[in-house]
Amino acid sequence: MIEVLQTGPLNTVQDLGRFGFRNAGVTSSGAMDRLALMVGNLLVGNDEGEATVEVQTFPFRLRFERDMTVAITGADCDARLDGRRLPPWWAIPVSSAQVLELETPRRSARAYLSFAGGIDVEPVMGSRSTSLRGGFGGLDGRFLAANDRLAIGSISACAVPQGGFGAMPPETALAEHFPASEDGTLVVRAIPAGEYALFGAEAERFWSQTWKISSQSDRTGYRLSGEPIRLASPVELRSHGVVPGVVQMPPSGEPIIQMSDANTAGGYPKIAGVIDVDLWRLGQARIGSRIRFVQSSVAEARGAERAVQAYLDDIRRTVPILTQALAAMSRR
Amino acid sequence: MSFMQGKALPTPATADEPKISMIGTGAYLIEAPGGFDLPTQRRIWALSHAVETWPEVREIVPGVTNLLVILKQTPEEPEQLQARLRHEWDCARSVDLTGKTVEIPVTYGGEHATDLAAVCDYSGLSDREVVRLHWQGNYTVVALGSAPGFGYLHGLDPRIYMPRKTVPSLRMLKGTVTIGGMQTGVSALTGPNGWNSIGFAEMQMFDPAKTPPALLNPGDRVRFLPERIEL
Repeated sequence: MIEVLQTGPLNTVQDLGRFGFRNAGVTSSGAMDRLALMVGNLLVGNDEGEATVEVQTFPFRLRFERDMTVAITGADCDARLDGRRLPPWWAIPVSSAQVLELETPRRSARAYLSFAGGIDVEPVMGSRSTSLRGGFGGLDGRFLAANDRLAIGSISACAVPQGGFGAMPPETALAEHFPASEDGTLVVRAIPAGEYALFGAEAERFWSQTWKISSQSDRTGYRLSGEPIRLASPVELRSHGVVPGVVQMPPSGEPIIQMSDANTAGGYPKIAGVIDVDLWRLGQARIGSRIRFVQSSVAEARGAERAVQAYLDDIRRTVPILTQALAAMSRR
Repeated sequence: MSFMQGKALPTPATADEPKISMIGTGAYLIEAPGGFDLPTQRRIWALSHAVETWPEVREIVPGVTNLLVILKQTPEEPEQLQARLRHEWDCARSVDLTGKTVEIPVTYGGEHATDLAAVCDYSGLSDREVVRLHWQGNYTVVALGSAPGFGYLHGLDPRIYMPRKTVPSLRMLKGTVTIGGMQTGVSALTGPNGWNSIGFAEMQMFDPAKTPPALLNPGDRVRFLPERIEL
């Protein structure tokens, strides 16, 4: 068990998401930064998709009620174990009664806590992800509160050595495969979607301006503010399925990007779709920060996907080797 | 190869060709040509059944005369995939889903029917007429979406057509009976909603603990029973 000592609202249990029920109106949910979740799990010896705690409001404190192994990935939130600073993207064995503390990150939005064995809440429709809108999954379909206790599964093969080890964060390890930020503006790659052509010459301004992520943004979607882009005449589409990453243009002319808790259906014109491999970076973008869209292609997206896969494979291969080597050294 | 194009640009729906477009890298939307009618919807269901079995497909989301296909990973050859979807549409004939009939008791009017007056204004009909035309309708569930278990219903009398609101209600109750354009439905979650409220239903549309969790399925028939009319 772990016990939540302190938390803000909207911190939830998440895994990679709930699939197969979108045609019944059930949103996929799942981590906003899937890559951080997967790396965290791999570091503690889990399968990449085990349930974690997604922390997006800080400070967050928890107490371990037994010995276990934990990894902290995602936003660098100055993690401290019994007051002792831990490096970012780090896995470490902890003892019963130790306290882990996360502070508000200076950049990025979300941190992930992965536990060897995973968080053992009852899966609902095949996933442990919390659907706040639906009120199910995770811990009783709600966000975590102080005094909540979460069961942790058991795992045999994990022996992260004392002091722990870390992974190189993807922002660094994969830097050449993702566009660099420009003056703090996150560059997000997207492909024109169904109604792109309707915007005619107006569409140019979708790419050329930087958009601010407004305060009306959450796990469901980001509302962007900037110079509006409007259709000459309004278009109402028949309701159709949508996915995270779709960039919709409501009548206000300011785009909405649907995120992990995306509505399953929509009818607003779609100007573009963020390439899936860039969604984890968008998931780390903070309210008030700026983004710019740049036009991409399937070929470019596939190149980045291969690089991400190689990065994950490398961690998956290295963790057991490193664990054994460090254990052997400590026995000398 | 005739289907190879330089770019995977969306192709518009013409009189007899569907429009196929991408959302990001892993999702394809096929929009049927023609009107919002049941023959078109049945062809979409036929397409759904065919595409659902493709090994590279993770999920399908049938919509209102359209189908969203979500892939397990980004396809190597997007143009080829679009050509296969088009071919599958050409082969898709029609399936008549023989669904169950669901009767939903409704309280028309009253405190939750905040948009009934607007529907009357728009249609030029009395509130009694609007309510009668709504409960006398025979509806078919064309698709589920937007919220867990929410069914888009076809069969609205065109006389009570009502466009979606430009400013949504911020907190519409779960169970509100609504009209959105030529569609109607029972809202499945409390929250913002751009459809027009004319009544309220107690019936539970979704239960995550049940298999399947949603009460309605595409192809089901729906009748609204005017349990109470508060005008």
